[in-house]
Formats: sequence, structure tokens, C-alpha cells
Amino acid sequence: MAEMMASGQQPEVLFWVGCAGSFDDRAKKITRAFVKILNQVGVNFAVLGTEESCTGDPAKRAGNEFLFQMQAMGNIQVLNAYEVKNIVTTCPHCFNTLKNEYPELGGNYEVKHHSQYLQELINAGKLTVQGGTYKGKKITFHDPCYLGRANDVYEAPRALVQKLDAELVEMKRCKTNGLCCGAGGAQMFKEAEKGDKEINIERTEEALEIKPDVIATGCPFCMTMMSDGVKLKEKETEVKVFDLAELIASANDL
Amino acid sequence: MSIGVIVFIVALALAIGLFTKNVRTIIRNIRLGKPLDRSDRKGERFGLMTKVALGQSKMVVRPVAGLLHIVVYLGFIIINIEVLEIVIDGLTGKHRVFAFMGGFYHVLISAFEGLALLVLIACVIFLIRRNVLRIKRFFGKEMTSWPKTDANLILITEILLMSAFLLMNAADTQLQNLGSEHYTQVGSFPISRHLVGLYGSAGEQGLIMAERGLWWFHIIGIFAFLNYLPYSKHFHILLAFPNVFYSKLTPKGQFTNMEAVKKEVELMFDPSADPYAAPAEPQGDPERFGAKDVTDLTWKQLMDSYTCTECGRCTSVCPANLTGKALSPRKIMMDTRDRLEEVGKGIAKNGKDFNNGKALLRDYISEEELLACTSCNACTEACPVNNDPLSVIVDLRRYLIMEESKAPAEWTGFFTNIENNGAPWQFAQADRLNWKNEE
Repeated sequence: MAEMMASGQQPEVLFWVGCAGSFDDRAKKITRAFVKILNQVGVNFAVLGTEESCTGDPAKRAGNEFLFQMQAMGNIQVLNAYEVKNIVTTCPHCFNTLKNEYPELGGNYEVKHHSQYLQELINAGKLTVQGGTYKGKKITFHDPCYLGRANDVYEAPRALVQKLDAELVEMKRCKTNGLCCGAGGAQMFKEAEKGDKEINIERTEEALEIKPDVIATGCPFCMTMMSDGVKLKEKETEVKVFDLAELIASANDL
Repeated sequence: MSIGVIVFIVALALAIGLFTKNVRTIIRNIRLGKPLDRSDRKGERFGLMTKVALGQSKMVVRPVAGLLHIVVYLGFIIINIEVLEIVIDGLTGKHRVFAFMGGFYHVLISAFEGLALLVLIACVIFLIRRNVLRIKRFFGKEMTSWPKTDANLILITEILLMSAFLLMNAADTQLQNLGSEHYTQVGSFPISRHLVGLYGSAGEQGLIMAERGLWWFHIIGIFAFLNYLPYSKHFHILLAFPNVFYSKLTPKGQFTNMEAVKKEVELMFDPSADPYAAPAEPQGDPERFGAKDVTDLTWKQLMDSYTCTECGRCTSVCPANLTGKALSPRKIMMDTRDRLEEVGKGIAKNGKDFNNGKALLRDYISEEELLACTSCNACTEACPVNNDPLSVIVDLRRYLIMEESKAPAEWTGFFTNIENNGAPWQFAQADRLNWKNEE
């Protein structure tokens, strides 16, 4: 972004990578897949790179409003300095925070989740998805809470799965009824409280019940939880967990 | 004026007077909450109230319970027209004042009878679901003693009231057949006509006693039930409407912004702020960050707690609860209400500065419960009256973290990481773009 600004350019969209997308080994693959698609389409995008910082989402959910606002105001200063208007992100937590919680602190942007962004590219005829790789495969979509219930985005991710010529199968609890993977509310950063089961196991078992070939997600934290669940159930050879961006990138041989 | 009319007027005045007094107490308790502006987007709010409260759109998500509930709800509303007639009869000493409507009156009472029977059946099914089928969501650690009794009492009362109404009409029919004076000829009604046989060969005097007895039982029962409402989860029949009207309209994922914190943080970011300036004179008590007790919550959160009807739909979809954790969103609502009742009673007795050394946090809701929440919004989505238990959990967490600095060690670690290197994990900010060159 700094380089673009220096040469007097303004990108169409800023890709907000997020902490998971920057540092988590599994999530970095999602980042790369999404970037490959953007490059294939020829989208003029930028990233903040080393100037990006945590949106503050987990701090806010944990109850640390101070830390959240410190992060938010710092980020808003950077984003406003670069005159950013459009943001796309592969993380529903960043998406929710940037879209809903930054305006009251002075950050007003048009924010999209990458599933919405990709669907728009498809609708505009800029992106075509090759159907071969996943033709006839059973794919189920696990709704991330901060994309679904939190922001009512249920259709864009499903439209993408259908573009793959795959068979979209739904879990018993889906859309508004979707069961959390267990990572939200800053649970990702601590052990679960005492109970008789891990939430991600409960969710993975539900997904495995419908015998999918692929569990699709749209969130790096759901990715961790669902992959761990599938591994624990020793099903990782039969059932793959992929992000929507990865599915489209691999369908297009990127 | 006959004795009956006088007794009736006294009973009616007592019922209304007592009810008003108790409702006022509840309103006062709700007003103990912090201010919150929900006066915007009125049109949208009316729409939502029509759909969710009047139209019960969220009830039918579970079809069996939802449809049965609609039967009871419709019965309640429509049979109230009959109660109006009964009240006028009681005040004037007349019998069936609406009978002048002729054929239409017959249709009306027939409809009431049909609904009364349906309500009766629905309530029996509800009792079976609770006590015989023992459906899981009606149980749980918060559903002991009073809440359990309350639910059964409501159902039994409704069954008794509906039975009294039908049996009263049956006696009335028999009295009409006998040509008893005072009993207006309105004909027999579709349900109660089959109950006439129950009276066997009872004579006119016996029938009059039965009819009058049931009439008084029915109306005094209604007065008593009205005054039971403020002590019961059944109060939702009234509060559901304002409660849905004042729902949160912003996206579910948007948590409240804390203005008090914003001021502080803005000052820290302000390059022209004078670090040596004398702090402004404190005005009043310093405001608490987050909530420790019910009086730290907003009036809407307190209204939520009084509207909660303990149906347990929230808890039955809560991922933490489903996996055996201590958290139950229903308990959060019930604890808030119980503590508010306690504070309300204390204030009534000891004045505004009441303090019994207890608080909502820890004395009612434990840290363990609060820490189990994934903030997934399944509870708020499931609630048929748009309660927001999640907001209470977050406000209590805010108090724990910001006032007591009491976070689990792992959370303290990720806070520090965000502060130091802008990510919840310990990675250098300079490495943020490394993904670009990796494969």
C-alpha cells in the first residue's frame, strides 16, 4: 500500500490479510489462494503488509475494550491516511469488526468478506470457475458465526460451492442454526472451560455424518477447528477441509 | 344493587389495583438500568414487533411447540372478548349481555368454545412434554424448584379456567332447556352440549348453583391469574411486545461501543494533548467499566430478563452448554431477573443505597460460565422474544477484564502479544508479509 501511495496510485480494493492469514501456516495458504485469484482476474489490489495490525476483535470479545479501541484507532489512522475506501478480507472476524465496529471510531469503509467479493467477480463476468476438479463431489459449508448469524451472509459462500459443479450438502444445523466451531469469543486463545466434549468435535461429527468429500469454510479459525476435528477422528484422508478461496483457486489450476 | 354485584366490583377493583401496583414495581426495577437510546427506526421496530411478537415468527422455528403455542395464544386473545362480557355481566347483574347479537352471538360463543377446547388440549400436551416426555430443554440446573413449579402452575390454571368455562356453558344449556328464569335463550353450543350429560338429573337449584359457582370460579380465577403474572415467567405475554419493539437492530456481530473508553483512548492518540495537564475535577462517582451488578446493565437488558419465559431454546443451541460447560444463556437471563428482584426489594425496604454485599457477578453468575461463551449468537438467534443474553455476558466480561484485570493466563498472554506485536500470537510485525514469498 505504501508503495502504491508513493507512486500516486489508488488500489480498487485493500486486501485485509488478518493475523491468521499472515502468521498461521494453514491460513497463509488461504491468503495465497485468494491472492492468486485476484491476480488471475487482474484486480488492482493492495495489502498493508507490515503496517497491518490486529483489528482488536478477540480483545473486544474477551471484554478488553481498551485494547480493542487502541488497535482500532491505530488501524483507522493508517487506513484513513491511505484513503482506503474498499476492503476485502478472508477472515469473518476482521470483516465484522471493520464493517460494524470501526465506523463509531471514525473508520468508514465498504467491507466485504472474500466470499461476497468472489461472487461479485463471478457475477460481473470477471471470474469464471472451471467445474472439473470438484464435479459431483459432496461439499458441505460450515457457516462461520461472524459471517452467518452476525452479518446474515449465507448465500454467497453457497453460490461459490455450486459454481464448482459440486453437490452442496447441508449439515443438520446450518445457516441461522449453524453450530459454532468453538473458536469465537477469544476461545481460540485459551483452553476450553471444563465440559464433557470439545465443541469442534461436536461440529466435526455432525459434518462427518453426512459423509462429505470436502468441508468448506470461510474463516481461518473455523479452518483450524475443523481440520483438528477431522484429524482427531482420523478421517483426514477421506475428508478434506478447504477454504472457499482454495477451492476456487484449485478448480482453476492456480 | 345486589350483593353479587358489590362483591364483583370489590374483586375487580382489588384485582386491577394489585396488578397495577406490581407492574409499577417491575417498571421501577427496569428503570434501575442504565440509559440506552432505542427510539430510532420506529417503522422498522413496529414491523419487527408485528412479525416476531404478534406473528410469533420465531416460535414456529420449532413447529410442534410453535403451533401449540399459537393455539394457546390465539385462545388467550380471543377468549378475552368473552371475559369482557363476563365483566359487564358482573357489573350489571345481568346475564349474557351480548346475547342481543343473536345469530352472531352464537357464532362467537361457538368459536370461544372451540378455542377453549383446543387450548385445553394444547395445555395437556404441554404438561405431557414437560413431565412425561421430559424434553431436555425444560431441564437443567436452573430449572429447579420455582421455575419448574411455575411452568406447571400456569398450564394447570389454564386447564382449570377452560374447563370451568365449558362446564359453565353446559349448565347454562341445561337451565335454558328447563326454561329457568334469568337464563337467556341462546341455544346450546358445539362443545359444551356434549357435557350436559355430566349433570345427570340435577334439578334447577343444583344447576344454578353449578353455573354460578363455575362463573365465579372462572372470573376470580382470571383475576387471580392476572395477579400471578408479575411473579411468573408468564409475564412475557405482556412484555414480549415492548421487548421485541426495543430489540437491537444493528448486526448481531456488532458489540456496543464503550464511549467512556473512547474518550480515554482518543486522548492517548491526541498529539496535542498535554501530558502534564491537571486532570479534570472528577464529577460524581467514577463510572464502572462493564457490569458487576444489575444496575450496571441497561434497562433493555433488565427488560429482557423479565420477558424471559424460560423456554430454554437459547440453552439448547448454545455450543458451550451442548458440550457440558457450565454456561446456560437461560440461566444468565434468570439470574439477572432474580438479582434485580432482590435489589428491587432491598431498595423498597432500605432506600436507594441498598447494598447487601452481593452482586450479579459471582454471587449469581460465575466466571467459569462467562468464560465459556464463544459469542456465536446462537442464543440471540433462537430467542422467540429477541432477548440478548450475549450482551450481558460481554458486559460482565468487561468488568472482569477491565476493572479486576482478571483474565485467564492465556488471555493475558494474547493481550500482551497484541499490545507488543499487533497479533494475538508472538510473531514479529515485520514478518506480516512473509506469506508472499512462501509456497
